[in-house]
Amino acid sequence: MAINKILSSFDEAVADIPDGATIMVGGFGTVASCPSMLMIALDRKGVKNLTTISNTTGFGSDVWKILGYKFAEDMDILVRNGRVKKAIASAPVSAVYENNFEKLLRAGKVELEMVTQGTLAERIRAAKAGLGGVYTPVGVGTVVEEGKEIKTINGKKYLLELALKADFALIKAHKADRWGNLVYRGSSRTFNETMAGAAKVTIAEVDEVVELGELGPEEIVTPAVYVDRVVARPKEYEGEEGEISEEAKASHEKFLKRGSA
Amino acid sequence: MEEKFKLERQTIALRAAKEFQDGDSVNLGIGIPVLCANYIPEGREVLFQSENGILGFGEVTAPGEGDNDYLNASGQTVHTQPGTSCFGHAESFTMIRGGHLDISVMGGFQVSEKGDLANYMVPERKIGVIGGAMDLAYGAKRKIIVMNHITKDGQPRILKKCTYPITTLECVNLIITDIAVIEVTDKGLVLKEIAPGWTPEEVQSLTEPTLIVDPDCHDIELM
Repeated sequence: MAINKILSSFDEAVADIPDGATIMVGGFGTVASCPSMLMIALDRKGVKNLTTISNTTGFGSDVWKILGYKFAEDMDILVRNGRVKKAIASAPVSAVYENNFEKLLRAGKVELEMVTQGTLAERIRAAKAGLGGVYTPVGVGTVVEEGKEIKTINGKKYLLELALKADFALIKAHKADRWGNLVYRGSSRTFNETMAGAAKVTIAEVDEVVELGELGPEEIVTPAVYVDRVVARPKEYEGEEGEISEEAKASHEKFLKRGSA
Repeated sequence: MEEKFKLERQTIALRAAKEFQDGDSVNLGIGIPVLCANYIPEGREVLFQSENGILGFGEVTAPGEGDNDYLNASGQTVHTQPGTSCFGHAESFTMIRGGHLDISVMGGFQVSEKGDLANYMVPERKIGVIGGAMDLAYGAKRKIIVMNHITKDGQPRILKKCTYPITTLECVNLIITDIAVIEVTDKGLVLKEIAPGWTPEEVQSLTEPTLIVDPDCHDIELM
């Protein structure tokens, strides 16, 4: 029978994600590389007690709508609706304003494990490669080394960082074929490429599904074996309704002034 | 008394960019560091790397004119140019942590006499943002820290020992502030350049560890 990993709805793609699941959420921070529709579908499903693995914990759709993004929802939708129990992230809060995750963290309603970004990528890659962990010199002599094995190799200290595996990886790519081969656009690979295959089930949200053969062998970045499900974004999508909050407008002003989030 | 000048953000960036040699690969942090991209010395070709997975990109686009799939780490849209490459996070941090980048320019809260860097967390806030700071401070061959010499309350930021949480131990090579350029060496901190109107003694009075004044110490080079 012909392989076909293409599903017709985001709700169907996340239907078996249970309460208490550990999920990876692709992207970097900017919503361009975030699996936005999968976030909305997972929120709609109403899961609870998620453990999340991601670079940031989301900033909310309003800040992205101001910047003109239609697919504007990020992980914040899961945070603000109380679906996250614990986040493993490298940049969980904003330097510009207090995001919802920070509010919940200060209120003692969520847990946080902060990981340096390179170590986060490496721990995810270790899981994908079937390794137990990696020894890295990054973090030696800092708060990050607490409770970790330190090994001296050729006279230099390294920390043991364990592989980070998830039940589901929710990622965003540009194009996919029915085998699940993926290509990305520009700088939007980010954690998406790294997470593909690091979970028991990898679900890819894509801009477009193309015929098998359209993606050339030299072009494919994520080979089919790493991907289990593919869903295409709707072509005619105007974004979620709703007024942009004053808080988001204020943070946008700070963003413009500072030149970053 | 001679008038004392303090370098503005743009001028600090201009001075930092003078460190870029022809062919260098450079990661620019958020804040003053990203401004360095505007001041590459003439005749030198520099490859900028951004940890979200892009190398050799061009200038930041005009607001609203960019392609959202081509971003720098600050979330700004950038132009591609012949030679630009894109890659995922594992590759990006292999590049950073594996010692493949020549220079990382970062902001700082504090730097110690030995070159320890503190730049990810203000203790009063209780939550920091590690992000890629530890990776960049560890991995790049040369680390240049740009920051104001003292805090808003007039306290030194260059200290015998950092009081803020450490990003990476013994990693800083050069400190460029609004009043001085200081090199971190095995012998200690060497004062190389000072802002116009300042004396080495005055810079020392705002710096906790003892500075070694370079015999060739002169006004900050901006041209």
